[in-house]
Amino acid sequence: MQKRVMEEDFRKGEGRPQLLDLIPNERDWMVKDVGVGGKCFGVSEEKKLELRLGLPGDEDWSSVKEKREEHSIESALSLGHYSKVSKTIGTNPSSVGAKRGFLDTVESKTEVFQQQQQQQPGFLQLQAKGKELSQKTNGRAEQQSLEKKACGSPAAHGSAAAPCGDGAGANNSSQTRTAPTPVVGWPPIRSFRRNLASISKPSFESQNGGPETAVKFKNGRKGLFVKINMDGIPIGRKVDLKAYDSYEKLSLVVDELFQGLLAAQRDPLTAGTQKNPEEKQAITGLLDGSGEYTLVYEDDEGDRMLVGDVPWDMFVSTAKRLRVLKSSELSASSLGAVSRKRTAT
Amino acid sequence: MTYFPEEVVEHIFDFLGSHRDRNAVSTVCKAWYGVERLSRRSVFVGNCYAVRPERVVARFPGVRSLSVKGKPHFADFNLVPDDWGGFALPWIEAFARGGLGLEELRLKRMVVSDESLELLARSFPSFKVLVLISCEGFSTDGLAAIATHCRVLRELDLQENEVEDCGPRWLSCFPDSCTSLVSLNFACLKGEVNAAALERLVARCPNIRTLRLNRAVSVDSLSKILARAPHLVDLGTGSFTIDHHAEAYHRLINNFTKCKSLKSLSGFWDASPRCLPAVYPICGNLTGLNLSYAPAIQGADLIKLIRLCLKLQRLWVLDCIGDKGLAVVASTCKELQELRVFPSDVCGVGTAAVTEEGLVAISSGCPKLNSLLYFCHQMTNAALVTVAKNCPHFTRFRLCILDPGKPDPVTNQPLDEGFGAIVQSCKDLRRLSLSGLLTDQVFLYIGMYAECLEMLSIAFAGDSDKGMVYVLNGCKNLRKLEIRDSPFGDAALLEDVGKYETMRSLWMSSCYVTLKGCKTLAAKMPRLNVEVINERDESDEMEENPSDLRRVEKMYVYRTVAGPRNDAPDFVWML
Repeated sequence: MQKRVMEEDFRKGEGRPQLLDLIPNERDWMVKDVGVGGKCFGVSEEKKLELRLGLPGDEDWSSVKEKREEHSIESALSLGHYSKVSKTIGTNPSSVGAKRGFLDTVESKTEVFQQQQQQQPGFLQLQAKGKELSQKTNGRAEQQSLEKKACGSPAAHGSAAAPCGDGAGANNSSQTRTAPTPVVGWPPIRSFRRNLASISKPSFESQNGGPETAVKFKNGRKGLFVKINMDGIPIGRKVDLKAYDSYEKLSLVVDELFQGLLAAQRDPLTAGTQKNPEEKQAITGLLDGSGEYTLVYEDDEGDRMLVGDVPWDMFVSTAKRLRVLKSSELSASSLGAVSRKRTAT
Repeated sequence: MTYFPEEVVEHIFDFLGSHRDRNAVSTVCKAWYGVERLSRRSVFVGNCYAVRPERVVARFPGVRSLSVKGKPHFADFNLVPDDWGGFALPWIEAFARGGLGLEELRLKRMVVSDESLELLARSFPSFKVLVLISCEGFSTDGLAAIATHCRVLRELDLQENEVEDCGPRWLSCFPDSCTSLVSLNFACLKGEVNAAALERLVARCPNIRTLRLNRAVSVDSLSKILARAPHLVDLGTGSFTIDHHAEAYHRLINNFTKCKSLKSLSGFWDASPRCLPAVYPICGNLTGLNLSYAPAIQGADLIKLIRLCLKLQRLWVLDCIGDKGLAVVASTCKELQELRVFPSDVCGVGTAAVTEEGLVAISSGCPKLNSLLYFCHQMTNAALVTVAKNCPHFTRFRLCILDPGKPDPVTNQPLDEGFGAIVQSCKDLRRLSLSGLLTDQVFLYIGMYAECLEMLSIAFAGDSDKGMVYVLNGCKNLRKLEIRDSPFGDAALLEDVGKYETMRSLWMSSCYVTLKGCKTLAAKMPRLNVEVINERDESDEMEENPSDLRRVEKMYVYRTVAGPRNDAPDFVWML
């Protein structure tokens, strides 16, 4: 089925050759989707950041809108493309779009309703209802509503817009960062089923890491995502510790994650034009203290530890977040914590 | 027919099993009414507010078995406020006062207090069967009363209730003389259980065939219980967590192997995949399997288990089974009649675990499928059409696409055609739940084709009043209609007010119905109770509108011969 091909294309990134320049190992990456957005909007690195975190800004949103309306919507492939594009857009621009979507539908509904109601207050109710509905969508990633809106505009307005609007009300495919505002009583399951995945007791095999473990991988595996921040870079990332089995791999991943960001920070003027990874400096020596940066983590007791000190499995089960610190700053702060820990034991 | 003596007529009526048949014969003539009412042993009350308990007692003095349902179905999803009603006490009181020899009581979605359970236990010496489904309001102390006083108790079946835990004492209240238990299900209890008391109880009840344990029961205990009760037919395991190297595990396997009669398995709380081989010996006999509480059983382990269950007729799983897993079900479980796939990741973050492909695979592999509850991330018209062709025997078809109002992702069309195909093909369809992007067209199809439809659930669907009207006009056998978040208003509501007297109930929430519409309905139909449920504070933005034109948040309409109820809380307006 064409749709299936589409899905696999997206997983492998075949439909988007531009990805290869930016993200060598896209399989395991959550930022993969962003690559599409990056290409679409030109300045790859900075747009990658924006889109990932949903930096608000109407001007961004309208440029997105323009780009998207340029594309035709007929083929299923573009539809799929749309869905990927829209997924990359952060919450804030989306909510603007969603509200527009609703006002569209509210207006169309008004026509229908005014035929039935003789009095003006009916319209007010619709407006209020529209507000109600759009309030329900705030806090959810509205990328699907964008899709519908885009799809709705070339299609017939009026009756088509109304179901689109209804449908855009509450969708589930949110980003990992924002917990979607649930629609009351939806999906229609009993309350005891809602928390099954998170309340199952840890088994002998694995230790659940907390809220991050609710996020699942595309291939069905449960991920263990922890935040990772780098000194000097305001934007953090997330890594799935369960995707790796050694410190070396983790170090490589961190390097790949932040290389581009670091380059952009250093020289924002040239960052956009630099597409060649060889020109960027690799972040090395994260584990042995030899590099400019060192990788540390916060464990479940709140202590800051050097990454690499404990066996990998123990690290995975106790690490709560990661930081990439400047090695020069390391001796001042975290080693203090480490030595405190040692004296305590 | 007056030349038949009443005894003969009564004897003939004995052959009438269903409530509907008995209800029908009672309307033939006075004589038959008389015979029927005195010989009636079992009464089913679909809506506890449709008739007064005293009236039931007066009409059917010989009743031994009573079933009553309380809250509307959407209460399961927290759409009905807690204190709405549905109290069991008036029923138990009426029967106690009436001196009836009640032996069986089945309650669903009702508020049952410990006081009611105590009264029940003490009032009916022959009481044998208590089944509580989706009820609340009681604690384990109430269960203690039942255990203590019901000397000939055969069944204590607690399904998905909210039970307050007051300790494990209740189980020990079954006297040593209690040997009559056939069925014991306390899977929904959250608290600890006295393992020794449980094991002793099982040991002294030789007829026990159904036993569903709660999460607190360890595998060790399960092992011992299996050893004592190898004739079990239906087992709900406790927490199925063991270190698979331990001796406990080996004992467990041995004991499972001895249970040659086991047909149904459920529970598996906290089950980890490594424990599953313990049940392999009996998988070949299973007709029912419920793994929907076990999110840790996925992928290859799950598939391995399913491949052994050749006789499976009823399967409940989580959607982490995936389309691939469903394909395995399709190729293995040729006898499958009922499938339920529950969502494991409700927040919607993560993968699309099952899609239309899984359902299509099931439909082509399992032609006997007649009951479906399927939560998925997407569905296509093409898939639904295929399913309709493959499985024309559906009696229950409930599809829930997790994203409300989502269209066919391939064609971007509404799912009208797909559901249309279902109702057209499945002539025996009695229950249908819709989801996804739907226009009025789907309701036209439903009205045209779904002749046997008795219950319809609608959410985030339709464009205009026409949709609802199509359904009301078309579905002759409609008994329950529940609608949420759909653009149906007063015009639809008032189109055919007589229809509601042919139905048990109508629920509408977050629709366009106004207070005026409800009042009009109530005025026109005195034998309907029109309840408006308002939880919100009155002083919100709607205040500037004239009050009657305000939309009602929730409305529940039902036919009744009991008149307006007197136990409604403040936020429920009886119009």
